[in-house]
Amino acid sequence: MPFKIIASQCTSCSACEQECPNVAISEKGGTFVIDPKKCTECIGHFEEPQCVAVCPVDNTCVIDTSLPRY
Amino acid sequence: MDVSALDEASLAGSAVNIGEIMQAIAEHKGCGTSGGSGKASCGSQASQGELPTEIWEKVKNHPCYSEEAHHHYARMHVAVAPACNIQCNYCNRKYDCANESRPGVVSEKLTPEQAAKKVLAVASTIPQMTVLGIAGPGDPLANPKKTFMTFELVARAAPDIKLCLSTNGLMLPDHVDTIARFKIDHVTITINMVDPAIGAKIYPWIFYNHKRYTGLEAAKILNDRQLQGLEMLTERGILCKINSVMIPGINDQHLIEVNKAVKSRGAFLHNIMPLISAPEHGTVFGLNGQRGPTAQELKALQDVCKGEMNMMRHCRQCRADAVGLLGEDRSAEFTTEKVMAMDVKYDLEMRKAYQAKVEEERVAKVAAEQEELAGLASEMSGIKLLVAVATKASGLINEHFGHAKEFQVYELSTTGAKLVGHRRVDHYCRGGYGEEESLATIIRAINDCHAVFVAKIGGCPKSNLLKAGIEPVDQYAHEFIEKSAIAWFKSYLERVQSGEIQYVDRGEAAIRQSALISAA
Repeated sequence: MPFKIIASQCTSCSACEQECPNVAISEKGGTFVIDPKKCTECIGHFEEPQCVAVCPVDNTCVIDTSLPRY
Repeated sequence: MDVSALDEASLAGSAVNIGEIMQAIAEHKGCGTSGGSGKASCGSQASQGELPTEIWEKVKNHPCYSEEAHHHYARMHVAVAPACNIQCNYCNRKYDCANESRPGVVSEKLTPEQAAKKVLAVASTIPQMTVLGIAGPGDPLANPKKTFMTFELVARAAPDIKLCLSTNGLMLPDHVDTIARFKIDHVTITINMVDPAIGAKIYPWIFYNHKRYTGLEAAKILNDRQLQGLEMLTERGILCKINSVMIPGINDQHLIEVNKAVKSRGAFLHNIMPLISAPEHGTVFGLNGQRGPTAQELKALQDVCKGEMNMMRHCRQCRADAVGLLGEDRSAEFTTEKVMAMDVKYDLEMRKAYQAKVEEERVAKVAAEQEELAGLASEMSGIKLLVAVATKASGLINEHFGHAKEFQVYELSTTGAKLVGHRRVDHYCRGGYGEEESLATIIRAINDCHAVFVAKIGGCPKSNLLKAGIEPVDQYAHEFIEKSAIAWFKSYLERVQSGEIQYVDRGEAAIRQSALISAA
Protein backbone atom coordinates (compact mmCIF):
# COMPACT_ATOMS: atom_id res chain seq x y z
CA MET A 1 0.00 0.00 0.00
CA PRO A 2 1.88 3.00 -1.23
CA PHE A 3 1.09 6.57 -0.27
CA LYS A 4 -1.04 8.89 -2.32
CA ILE A 5 -1.61 12.64 -2.20
CA ILE A 6 -5.13 14.02 -1.86
CA ALA A 7 -5.07 16.55 -4.68
CA SER A 8 -7.76 18.85 -3.26
CA GLN A 9 -5.62 19.37 -0.14
CA CYS A 10 -2.23 19.73 -1.82
CA THR A 11 -0.82 23.29 -1.68
CA SER A 12 1.70 22.39 -4.36
CA CYS A 13 4.54 23.52 -2.09
CA SER A 14 6.87 20.79 -3.43
CA ALA A 15 8.33 19.99 -0.01
CA CYS A 16 7.60 16.27 -0.44
CA GLU A 17 9.21 16.06 -3.88
CA GLN A 18 12.73 16.73 -2.66
CA GLU A 19 12.40 14.54 0.46
CA CYS A 20 11.22 11.37 -1.29
CA PRO A 21 14.10 8.85 -1.28
CA ASN A 22 12.60 7.03 -4.26
CA VAL A 23 12.04 10.04 -6.53
CA ALA A 24 8.45 8.87 -6.68
CA ILE A 25 6.87 12.32 -6.43
CA SER A 26 6.37 14.77 -9.27
CA GLU A 27 4.15 17.70 -10.22
CA LYS A 28 1.16 16.90 -12.37
CA GLY A 29 -1.70 19.22 -13.20
CA GLY A 30 -0.83 21.82 -10.60
CA THR A 31 -0.45 19.49 -7.63
CA PHE A 32 1.94 16.69 -6.71
CA VAL A 33 1.40 12.98 -7.24
CA ILE A 34 3.12 9.83 -5.99
CA ASP A 35 4.04 7.08 -8.43
CA PRO A 36 2.69 3.99 -6.63
CA LYS A 37 5.21 1.77 -8.45
CA LYS A 38 8.11 3.67 -6.90
CA CYS A 39 6.76 4.36 -3.39
CA THR A 40 8.24 2.14 -0.67
CA GLU A 41 6.56 3.95 2.25
CA CYS A 42 10.18 4.91 3.08
CA ILE A 43 10.70 1.43 4.56
CA GLY A 44 14.43 0.79 4.73
CA HIS A 45 15.21 4.49 4.25
CA PHE A 46 13.75 6.39 7.18
CA GLU A 47 11.79 5.90 10.38
CA GLU A 48 8.76 7.70 9.03
CA PRO A 49 7.36 8.35 5.57
CA GLN A 50 9.03 11.59 4.50
CA CYS A 51 6.10 13.02 2.52
CA VAL A 52 3.83 12.65 5.55
CA ALA A 53 6.40 14.17 7.91
CA VAL A 54 7.10 17.27 5.80
CA CYS A 55 3.60 17.97 4.40
CA PRO A 56 2.15 21.24 5.80
CA VAL A 57 -1.45 20.02 5.52
CA ASP A 58 -2.46 17.16 7.81
CA ASN A 59 -3.98 14.01 6.26
CA THR A 60 -2.92 14.93 2.73
CA CYS A 61 -0.29 12.20 2.17
CA VAL A 62 -2.20 9.04 3.08
CA ILE A 63 -1.96 5.28 2.50
CA ASP A 64 -3.70 4.23 -0.71
CA THR A 65 -5.69 1.25 0.56
CA SER A 66 -6.83 0.37 -2.92
CA LEU A 67 -3.36 -0.85 -3.81
CA PRO A 68 -1.41 -3.83 -2.41
CA ARG A 69 1.09 -3.34 0.43
CA TYR A 70 4.69 -2.61 -0.62
CA MET B 1 5.81 53.03 -16.44
CA ASP B 2 6.46 52.71 -20.13
CA VAL B 3 9.54 50.57 -20.73
CA SER B 4 10.18 52.13 -24.12
CA ALA B 5 10.62 55.56 -22.50
CA LEU B 6 13.51 54.19 -20.51
CA ASP B 7 14.97 52.41 -23.49
CA GLU B 8 15.10 55.75 -25.24
CA ALA B 9 16.88 57.24 -22.27
CA SER B 10 19.35 54.39 -22.28
CA LEU B 11 19.93 54.70 -26.01
CA ALA B 12 21.59 58.05 -25.36
CA GLY B 13 24.59 55.84 -24.58
CA SER B 14 27.50 57.12 -22.58
CA ALA B 15 26.08 60.64 -22.37
CA VAL B 16 22.97 59.66 -20.47
CA ASN B 17 20.12 62.08 -20.93
CA ILE B 18 19.31 63.26 -17.42
CA GLY B 19 16.25 65.18 -18.57
CA GLU B 20 14.63 62.04 -19.87
CA ILE B 21 15.60 60.15 -16.79
CA MET B 22 14.05 62.78 -14.56
CA GLN B 23 10.92 62.58 -16.65
CA ALA B 24 10.97 58.83 -16.11
CA ILE B 25 11.28 59.43 -12.38
CA ALA B 26 8.35 61.81 -12.50
CA GLU B 27 6.27 59.34 -14.47
CA HIS B 28 7.10 56.61 -12.01
CA LYS B 29 5.85 58.79 -9.18
CA GLY B 30 2.69 59.40 -11.11
CA CYS B 31 3.19 63.17 -11.39
CA GLY B 32 4.43 65.43 -14.12
CA THR B 33 6.72 67.65 -12.12
CA SER B 34 10.36 67.04 -11.43
CA GLY B 35 11.21 67.68 -7.81
CA GLY B 36 14.66 68.34 -6.44
CA SER B 37 14.49 72.06 -5.80
CA GLY B 38 16.68 73.36 -3.00
CA LYS B 39 19.92 71.53 -3.73
CA ALA B 40 22.06 70.82 -0.76
CA SER B 41 25.73 71.63 -0.53
CA CYS B 42 26.65 68.91 1.93
CA GLY B 43 27.63 65.41 0.89
CA SER B 44 25.55 62.23 0.92
CA GLN B 45 26.92 61.45 4.34
CA ALA B 46 24.18 63.63 5.79
CA SER B 47 21.92 60.73 6.66
CA GLN B 48 24.63 58.26 7.62
CA GLY B 49 24.22 59.18 11.28
CA GLU B 50 26.34 57.08 13.61
CA LEU B 51 26.78 54.17 11.21
CA PRO B 52 30.32 53.13 10.26
CA THR B 53 31.00 53.75 6.58
CA GLU B 54 31.29 50.08 5.57
CA ILE B 55 27.84 49.35 7.06
CA TRP B 56 26.34 52.53 5.60
CA GLU B 57 27.52 51.39 2.18
CA LYS B 58 25.63 48.14 2.63
CA VAL B 59 22.37 49.65 3.86
CA LYS B 60 22.09 53.05 2.22
CA ASN B 61 20.04 51.84 -0.72
CA HIS B 62 18.42 48.81 0.91
CA PRO B 63 14.80 49.77 1.61
CA CYS B 64 14.34 47.16 4.35
CA TYR B 65 17.55 47.92 6.23
CA SER B 66 17.33 51.71 6.08
CA GLU B 67 14.15 53.59 6.92
CA GLU B 68 15.45 56.57 5.04
CA ALA B 69 16.22 54.49 1.94
CA HIS B 70 12.73 53.02 1.81
CA HIS B 71 11.28 56.32 0.65
CA HIS B 72 13.46 56.13 -2.47
CA TYR B 73 14.51 52.58 -3.30
CA ALA B 74 12.47 49.56 -4.23
CA ARG B 75 12.88 45.83 -3.68
CA MET B 76 11.52 42.71 -5.23
CA HIS B 77 10.96 39.18 -4.06
CA VAL B 78 10.92 36.17 -6.35
CA ALA B 79 8.83 33.21 -5.29
CA VAL B 80 11.22 30.37 -6.14
CA ALA B 81 11.13 28.67 -2.73
CA PRO B 82 7.74 27.06 -2.13
CA ALA B 83 8.72 24.32 0.34
CA CYS B 84 8.91 24.92 4.06
CA ASN B 85 10.39 22.82 6.87
CA ILE B 86 8.53 24.17 9.88
CA GLN B 87 4.91 24.87 10.76
CA CYS B 88 3.97 28.18 12.39
CA ASN B 89 0.63 28.83 14.01
CA TYR B 90 0.33 32.19 12.25
CA CYS B 91 0.85 30.77 8.77
CA ASN B 92 -1.51 28.88 6.51
CA ARG B 93 -0.08 27.83 3.17
CA LYS B 94 -3.37 26.57 1.84
CA TYR B 95 -4.85 30.07 1.55
CA ASP B 96 -4.14 31.46 -1.89
CA CYS B 97 -6.61 34.26 -2.58
CA ALA B 98 -5.14 36.57 -5.23
CA ASN B 99 -6.19 39.59 -3.18
CA GLU B 100 -4.39 38.46 -0.07
CA SER B 101 -1.25 40.30 0.97
CA ARG B 102 0.84 38.84 3.72
CA PRO B 103 3.99 36.71 3.99
CA GLY B 104 3.69 33.12 2.82
CA VAL B 105 1.25 33.98 0.07
CA VAL B 106 2.08 34.27 -3.64
CA SER B 107 0.18 34.24 -6.90
CA GLU B 108 2.54 31.98 -8.83
CA LYS B 109 5.73 30.00 -8.31
CA LEU B 110 8.76 30.68 -10.48
CA THR B 111 11.66 28.57 -11.70
CA PRO B 112 15.13 30.11 -11.19
CA GLU B 113 15.27 30.94 -14.92
CA GLN B 114 11.88 32.67 -14.86
CA ALA B 115 12.92 34.51 -11.72
CA ALA B 116 16.13 35.80 -13.30
CA LYS B 117 14.22 37.09 -16.32
CA LYS B 118 11.71 38.78 -14.02
CA VAL B 119 14.51 40.48 -12.06
CA LEU B 120 15.95 41.93 -15.27
CA ALA B 121 12.52 43.06 -16.44
CA VAL B 122 11.83 44.83 -13.15
CA ALA B 123 15.34 46.31 -12.95
CA SER B 124 14.88 47.83 -16.39
CA THR B 125 11.42 49.20 -15.65
CA ILE B 126 12.04 50.37 -12.07
CA PRO B 127 15.66 51.61 -12.02
CA GLN B 128 15.52 52.35 -8.30
CA MET B 129 14.92 48.63 -7.62
CA THR B 130 18.18 47.82 -5.87
CA VAL B 131 17.47 44.67 -3.91
CA LEU B 132 16.43 41.14 -4.78
CA GLY B 133 15.20 39.07 -1.86
CA ILE B 134 14.15 35.46 -1.68
CA ALA B 135 11.68 35.04 1.11
CA GLY B 136 9.61 32.06 0.20
CA PRO B 137 6.69 31.58 -0.01
CA GLY B 138 8.17 28.70 2.00
CA ASP B 139 11.71 28.90 3.35
CA PRO B 140 14.58 29.70 0.95
CA LEU B 141 16.94 27.32 2.73
CA ALA B 142 14.41 24.50 2.55
CA ASN B 143 14.81 24.95 -1.24
CA PRO B 144 18.56 25.53 -1.41
CA LYS B 145 19.07 24.45 -5.02
CA LYS B 146 16.38 26.75 -6.42
CA THR B 147 17.41 29.62 -4.14
CA PHE B 148 21.13 29.59 -4.92
CA MET B 149 20.58 28.88 -8.61
CA THR B 150 18.43 32.04 -8.76
CA PHE B 151 21.09 34.09 -6.98
CA GLU B 152 23.74 32.78 -9.35
CA LEU B 153 21.76 33.68 -12.46
CA VAL B 154 20.93 37.16 -11.15
CA ALA B 155 24.46 37.90 -9.97
CA ARG B 156 25.74 37.08 -13.44
CA ALA B 157 23.16 39.14 -15.34
CA ALA B 158 22.72 42.10 -12.98
CA PRO B 159 25.79 42.40 -10.76
CA ASP B 160 24.69 45.73 -9.21
CA ILE B 161 21.64 44.24 -7.51
CA LYS B 162 22.01 43.44 -3.84
CA LEU B 163 21.02 39.92 -2.86
CA CYS B 164 19.29 39.03 0.36
CA LEU B 165 17.26 36.25 1.84
CA SER B 166 14.86 35.71 4.67
CA THR B 167 14.77 32.41 6.55
CA ASN B 168 13.32 30.69 9.59
CA GLY B 169 16.91 29.69 10.41
CA LEU B 170 16.45 25.94 10.77
CA MET B 171 18.87 25.08 7.95
CA LEU B 172 20.92 28.28 8.22
CA PRO B 173 24.13 26.88 9.80
CA ASP B 174 24.49 24.42 6.87
CA HIS B 175 24.39 27.22 4.28
CA VAL B 176 26.34 30.09 5.82
CA ASP B 177 29.43 29.44 3.72
CA THR B 178 27.37 29.34 0.53
CA ILE B 179 25.64 32.58 1.55
CA ALA B 180 29.02 34.23 2.06
CA ARG B 181 30.32 32.88 -1.25
CA PHE B 182 27.36 34.34 -3.14
CA LYS B 183 28.03 37.71 -1.48
CA ILE B 184 24.57 37.77 0.05
CA ASP B 185 25.30 40.42 2.63
CA HIS B 186 21.82 40.79 4.13
CA VAL B 187 20.07 37.88 5.85
CA THR B 188 16.84 38.08 7.80
CA ILE B 189 16.05 35.43 10.40
CA THR B 190 12.60 35.14 11.94
CA ILE B 191 13.14 34.55 15.67
CA ASN B 192 10.00 34.62 17.80
CA MET B 193 11.43 33.14 20.99
CA VAL B 194 14.55 32.06 22.84
CA ASP B 195 12.59 29.87 25.26
CA PRO B 196 11.35 26.47 23.97
CA ALA B 197 8.33 26.60 26.30
CA ILE B 198 7.17 29.69 24.42
CA GLY B 199 8.28 28.24 21.09
CA ALA B 200 6.05 25.22 21.61
CA LYS B 201 3.05 27.56 21.59
CA ILE B 202 4.09 29.04 18.24
CA TYR B 203 5.53 26.08 16.33
CA PRO B 204 3.57 22.81 16.32
CA TRP B 205 6.37 20.98 14.49
CA ILE B 206 9.60 21.15 12.54
CA PHE B 207 11.03 18.77 9.92
CA TYR B 208 14.71 18.22 10.55
CA ASN B 209 17.14 15.43 9.60
CA HIS B 210 14.35 13.42 7.96
CA LYS B 211 12.20 13.49 11.07
CA ARG B 212 9.23 15.48 12.33
CA TYR B 213 9.83 16.90 15.80
CA THR B 214 7.07 18.41 17.94
CA GLY B 215 6.67 20.32 21.19
CA LEU B 216 9.61 21.46 23.32
CA GLU B 217 12.08 19.35 21.37
CA ALA B 218 11.12 21.04 18.09
CA ALA B 219 11.32 24.54 19.56
CA LYS B 220 14.70 23.81 21.17
CA ILE B 221 16.25 22.51 17.94
CA LEU B 222 14.86 25.47 16.00
CA ASN B 223 16.11 28.05 18.47
CA ASP B 224 19.58 26.47 18.77
CA ARG B 225 19.92 26.46 14.99
CA GLN B 226 18.66 30.05 14.64
CA LEU B 227 21.09 31.46 17.19
CA GLN B 228 23.97 29.38 15.84
CA GLY B 229 23.23 30.61 12.33
CA LEU B 230 23.05 34.22 13.51
CA GLU B 231 26.45 33.92 15.20
CA MET B 232 28.01 32.34 12.13
CA LEU B 233 26.68 35.11 9.88
CA THR B 234 27.77 38.01 12.05
CA GLU B 235 31.24 36.44 12.43
CA ARG B 236 31.50 36.70 8.65
CA GLY B 237 30.37 40.33 8.62
CA ILE B 238 27.00 39.57 7.02
CA LEU B 239 24.33 42.00 8.17
CA CYS B 240 21.48 40.31 10.01
CA LYS B 241 17.98 41.56 10.56
CA ILE B 242 15.79 39.72 13.04
CA ASN B 243 12.06 39.55 12.38
CA SER B 244 9.83 38.79 15.36
CA VAL B 245 6.07 38.39 15.27
CA MET B 246 4.48 40.00 18.34
CA ILE B 247 1.79 37.65 19.67
CA PRO B 248 0.02 39.19 22.69
CA GLY B 249 -0.12 36.84 25.68
CA ILE B 250 2.40 34.44 24.12
CA ASN B 251 5.67 36.21 23.33
CA ASP B 252 5.00 39.95 23.71
CA GLN B 253 7.00 40.53 26.89
CA HIS B 254 9.42 37.74 25.96
CA LEU B 255 10.50 39.65 22.85
CA ILE B 256 12.55 41.91 25.12
CA GLU B 257 14.63 38.79 25.95
CA VAL B 258 14.80 37.92 22.26
CA ASN B 259 16.00 41.45 21.55
CA LYS B 260 18.83 41.09 24.08
CA ALA B 261 19.77 37.63 22.79
CA VAL B 262 20.04 38.72 19.16
CA LYS B 263 21.80 41.97 19.99
CA SER B 264 24.45 40.12 21.95
CA ARG B 265 25.03 37.90 18.90
CA GLY B 266 25.61 40.85 16.63
CA ALA B 267 22.26 41.36 14.88
CA PHE B 268 22.10 44.72 13.12
CA LEU B 269 18.38 45.44 13.12
CA HIS B 270 15.30 44.15 14.95
CA ASN B 271 11.91 44.19 13.26
CA ILE B 272 9.05 43.52 15.65
CA MET B 273 5.91 43.02 13.57
CA PRO B 274 2.30 42.70 14.67
CA LEU B 275 0.64 39.29 14.37
CA ILE B 276 -1.83 39.29 11.48
CA SER B 277 -4.65 37.09 12.62
CA ALA B 278 -8.19 36.66 11.37
CA PRO B 279 -10.41 33.58 11.11
CA GLU B 280 -10.62 33.85 7.31
CA HIS B 281 -6.86 33.21 7.06
CA GLY B 282 -7.44 29.69 8.35
CA THR B 283 -4.36 29.83 10.58
CA VAL B 284 -4.30 28.19 14.01
CA PHE B 285 -4.13 31.63 15.64
CA GLY B 286 -6.81 33.03 13.36
CA LEU B 287 -9.17 30.19 14.19
CA ASN B 288 -8.55 30.09 17.94
CA GLY B 289 -9.20 33.80 18.33
CA GLN B 290 -5.63 34.85 19.13
CA ARG B 291 -5.59 38.63 18.68
CA GLY B 292 -2.87 40.80 17.25
CA PRO B 293 -1.44 43.78 19.17
CA THR B 294 -2.86 47.30 19.01
CA ALA B 295 -0.73 50.04 17.50
CA GLN B 296 0.07 51.32 21.00
CA GLU B 297 1.14 47.92 22.30
CA LEU B 298 3.41 47.44 19.30
CA LYS B 299 4.98 50.87 19.60
CA ALA B 300 5.48 50.52 23.36
CA LEU B 301 7.38 47.24 22.85
CA GLN B 302 9.45 48.70 20.00
CA ASP B 303 10.26 51.70 22.20
CA VAL B 304 11.46 49.44 25.04
CA CYS B 305 13.76 47.60 22.62
CA LYS B 306 15.07 50.66 20.80
CA GLY B 307 17.51 51.42 23.60
CA GLU B 308 19.20 48.11 22.82
CA MET B 309 19.52 48.22 19.04
CA ASN B 310 18.15 49.66 15.79
CA MET B 311 14.46 48.95 15.35
CA MET B 312 12.76 48.61 11.99
CA ARG B 313 9.44 50.43 11.98
CA HIS B 314 8.68 50.59 8.30
CA CYS B 315 8.15 46.90 7.51
CA ARG B 316 5.03 46.24 5.42
CA GLN B 317 5.00 42.46 6.01
CA CYS B 318 4.98 41.99 2.26
CA ARG B 319 4.33 38.98 0.10
CA ALA B 320 7.03 36.62 -1.14
CA ASP B 321 6.46 37.99 -4.67
CA ALA B 322 6.18 41.72 -3.90
CA VAL B 323 7.64 44.25 -6.36
CA GLY B 324 8.21 47.98 -5.87
CA LEU B 325 8.60 50.44 -3.04
CA LEU B 326 7.68 48.96 0.33
CA GLY B 327 4.36 50.78 0.46
CA GLU B 328 3.30 49.72 -3.01
CA ASP B 329 2.98 46.43 -4.83
CA ARG B 330 3.53 46.35 -8.56
CA SER B 331 3.72 42.56 -8.88
CA ALA B 332 0.64 42.54 -11.12
CA GLU B 333 2.71 44.32 -13.81
CA PHE B 334 5.24 41.49 -13.78
CA THR B 335 3.36 38.23 -14.04
CA THR B 336 5.32 35.42 -15.70
CA GLU B 337 3.22 35.79 -18.83
CA LYS B 338 3.98 39.51 -19.11
CA VAL B 339 7.66 39.12 -18.20
CA MET B 340 8.25 36.41 -20.78
CA ALA B 341 6.73 38.66 -23.45
CA MET B 342 9.00 41.60 -22.51
CA ASP B 343 12.03 42.52 -24.54
CA VAL B 344 14.42 43.36 -21.73
CA LYS B 345 17.59 45.40 -22.17
CA TYR B 346 19.59 45.64 -18.99
CA ASP B 347 21.31 49.00 -18.89
CA LEU B 348 23.62 49.44 -15.93
CA GLU B 349 24.63 53.01 -16.86
CA MET B 350 21.04 54.15 -17.00
CA ARG B 351 20.38 52.60 -13.59
CA LYS B 352 23.43 54.30 -12.12
CA ALA B 353 22.45 57.69 -13.55
CA TYR B 354 18.92 57.33 -12.24
CA GLN B 355 20.15 56.36 -8.80
CA ALA B 356 22.53 59.33 -8.75
CA LYS B 357 19.49 61.60 -9.18
CA VAL B 358 17.74 59.78 -6.36
CA GLU B 359 20.78 60.44 -4.15
CA GLU B 360 20.56 64.17 -4.95
CA GLU B 361 16.92 64.18 -3.86
CA ARG B 362 17.85 62.42 -0.66
CA VAL B 363 20.53 64.95 0.18
CA ALA B 364 18.10 67.80 -0.45
CA LYS B 365 15.54 66.16 1.83
CA VAL B 366 17.98 65.68 4.70
CA ALA B 367 19.31 69.22 4.34
CA ALA B 368 15.79 70.66 4.46
CA GLU B 369 15.07 68.68 7.60
CA GLN B 370 18.30 69.85 9.29
CA GLU B 371 17.51 73.46 8.47
CA GLU B 372 14.02 73.25 9.92
CA LEU B 373 15.31 71.35 12.94
CA ALA B 374 17.77 74.13 13.76
CA GLY B 375 14.82 76.44 14.45
CA LEU B 376 13.34 73.90 16.85
CA ALA B 377 16.37 73.75 19.11
CA SER B 378 15.24 76.77 21.14
CA GLU B 379 11.80 75.29 21.85
CA MET B 380 11.30 73.93 25.36
CA SER B 381 8.43 71.50 25.53
CA GLY B 382 7.80 67.97 26.78
CA ILE B 383 5.06 67.46 24.21
CA LYS B 384 5.45 64.35 22.05
CA LEU B 385 2.77 63.49 19.54
CA LEU B 386 2.05 61.42 16.44
CA VAL B 387 1.06 62.61 12.99
CA ALA B 388 -0.02 60.59 9.96
CA VAL B 389 1.37 61.29 6.48
CA ALA B 390 -0.03 60.41 3.05
CA THR B 391 2.94 59.75 0.77
CA LYS B 392 3.55 57.92 -2.49
CA ALA B 393 7.34 58.02 -2.44
CA SER B 394 10.51 60.12 -2.26
CA GLY B 395 9.83 61.33 1.28
CA LEU B 396 7.27 63.85 0.04
CA ILE B 397 3.72 64.61 1.18
CA ASN B 398 2.41 63.73 -2.24
CA GLU B 399 -0.69 61.56 -1.84
CA HIS B 400 -4.33 62.61 -1.69
CA PHE B 401 -6.18 61.65 1.48
CA GLY B 402 -8.77 59.66 -0.42
CA HIS B 403 -6.22 57.74 -2.49
CA ALA B 404 -3.93 56.74 0.36
CA LYS B 405 -3.57 53.00 0.83
CA GLU B 406 -1.51 53.59 3.93
CA PHE B 407 -0.38 56.39 6.22
CA GLN B 408 3.13 56.73 7.60
CA VAL B 409 3.22 57.67 11.26
CA TYR B 410 5.83 60.11 12.59
CA GLU B 411 6.51 60.96 16.21
CA LEU B 412 7.19 64.65 16.73
CA SER B 413 9.03 66.16 19.68
CA THR B 414 11.56 68.93 20.17
CA THR B 415 14.21 66.41 19.05
CA GLY B 416 12.62 66.22 15.58
CA ALA B 417 10.45 63.94 13.46
CA LYS B 418 10.94 60.14 13.56
CA LEU B 419 9.09 57.51 11.57
CA VAL B 420 7.56 55.13 14.11
CA GLY B 421 5.22 53.09 11.98
CA HIS B 422 2.60 52.99 9.28
CA ARG B 423 -1.06 52.07 9.05
CA ARG B 424 -2.63 50.23 6.18
CA VAL B 425 -6.12 51.36 5.26
CA ASP B 426 -6.75 49.52 1.97
CA HIS B 427 -9.07 46.94 3.39
CA TYR B 428 -10.07 44.00 1.31
CA CYS B 429 -13.33 44.53 -0.56
CA ARG B 430 -13.30 48.13 0.55
CA GLY B 431 -15.28 48.86 -2.60
CA GLY B 432 -18.14 47.01 -1.01
CA TYR B 433 -18.43 49.62 1.70
CA GLY B 434 -19.60 53.18 1.34
CA GLU B 435 -17.42 56.27 1.63
CA GLU B 436 -18.40 56.67 5.26
CA GLU B 437 -17.27 53.17 6.16
CA SER B 438 -13.84 53.64 4.60
CA LEU B 439 -13.46 57.02 6.35
CA ALA B 440 -14.32 55.34 9.66
CA THR B 441 -11.66 52.70 8.90
CA ILE B 442 -9.07 55.41 8.30
CA ILE B 443 -9.98 57.29 11.46
CA ARG B 444 -9.69 54.07 13.49
CA ALA B 445 -6.27 53.41 11.94
CA ILE B 446 -4.85 56.87 12.72
CA ASN B 447 -6.91 57.61 15.82
CA ASP B 448 -3.74 58.09 17.90
CA CYS B 449 -2.53 60.92 15.64
CA HIS B 450 -3.00 64.64 16.23
CA ALA B 451 -2.84 65.57 12.56
CA VAL B 452 -2.81 64.03 9.10
CA PHE B 453 -0.62 65.53 6.35
CA VAL B 454 -1.97 65.20 2.83
CA ALA B 455 -1.40 66.63 -0.64
CA LYS B 456 -5.13 67.26 -0.97
CA ILE B 457 -8.34 66.48 0.89
CA GLY B 458 -12.04 67.00 0.26
CA GLY B 459 -14.31 69.12 2.42
CA CYS B 460 -16.37 66.23 3.78
CA PRO B 461 -13.54 64.06 5.13
CA LYS B 462 -11.90 67.24 6.40
CA SER B 463 -14.81 68.10 8.68
CA ASN B 464 -15.15 64.49 9.84
CA LEU B 465 -11.46 64.36 10.74
CA LEU B 466 -11.78 67.60 12.69
CA LYS B 467 -14.77 66.16 14.53
CA ALA B 468 -12.62 63.14 15.44
CA GLY B 469 -9.95 65.51 16.78
CA ILE B 470 -7.45 64.94 13.94
CA GLU B 471 -6.24 68.09 12.20
CA PRO B 472 -6.10 67.75 8.41
CA VAL B 473 -3.01 69.56 7.10
CA ASP B 474 -2.74 70.24 3.36
CA GLN B 475 -0.57 73.36 3.37
CA TYR B 476 2.64 71.34 2.88
CA ALA B 477 1.52 69.55 -0.29
CA HIS B 478 4.45 68.10 -2.29
CA GLU B 479 7.00 69.21 0.32
CA PHE B 480 9.42 67.01 2.29
CA ILE B 481 7.80 65.08 5.13
CA GLU B 482 10.24 65.70 7.98
CA LYS B 483 10.78 69.37 7.20
CA SER B 484 7.02 69.99 6.98
CA ALA B 485 6.22 68.00 10.10
CA ILE B 486 8.78 69.96 12.11
CA ALA B 487 7.47 73.29 10.75
CA TRP B 488 3.90 72.30 11.67
CA PHE B 489 5.06 71.13 15.11
CA LYS B 490 6.65 74.51 15.76
CA SER B 491 3.39 76.29 14.97
CA TYR B 492 1.52 73.71 17.07
CA LEU B 493 3.72 74.49 20.07
CA GLU B 494 3.17 78.20 19.50
CA ARG B 495 -0.57 77.70 19.40
CA VAL B 496 -0.43 75.70 22.64
CA GLN B 497 1.70 78.39 24.31
CA SER B 498 -0.61 81.19 23.23
CA GLY B 499 -3.56 79.25 24.62
CA GLU B 500 -5.22 79.05 21.21
CA ILE B 501 -5.38 75.27 21.49
CA GLN B 502 -4.90 72.75 24.27
CA TYR B 503 -2.73 69.64 24.05
CA VAL B 504 -4.79 66.50 24.70
CA ASP B 505 -3.82 62.84 24.63
CA ARG B 506 -5.10 60.81 21.69
CA GLY B 507 -6.66 57.35 22.01
CA GLU B 508 -5.74 53.89 20.75
CA ALA B 509 -5.43 52.97 17.08
CA ALA B 510 -6.19 49.69 15.36
CA ILE B 511 -3.78 47.62 13.24
CA ARG B 512 -5.52 46.07 10.26
CA GLN B 513 -6.28 42.38 10.57
CA SER B 514 -8.46 41.49 7.65
CA ALA B 515 -7.10 40.52 4.25
CA LEU B 516 -5.79 43.27 2.02
CA ILE B 517 -5.86 44.19 -1.59
CA SER B 518 -2.29 43.85 -2.76
CA ALA B 519 -2.42 45.37 -6.21
CA ALA B 520 -2.75 49.07 -6.81
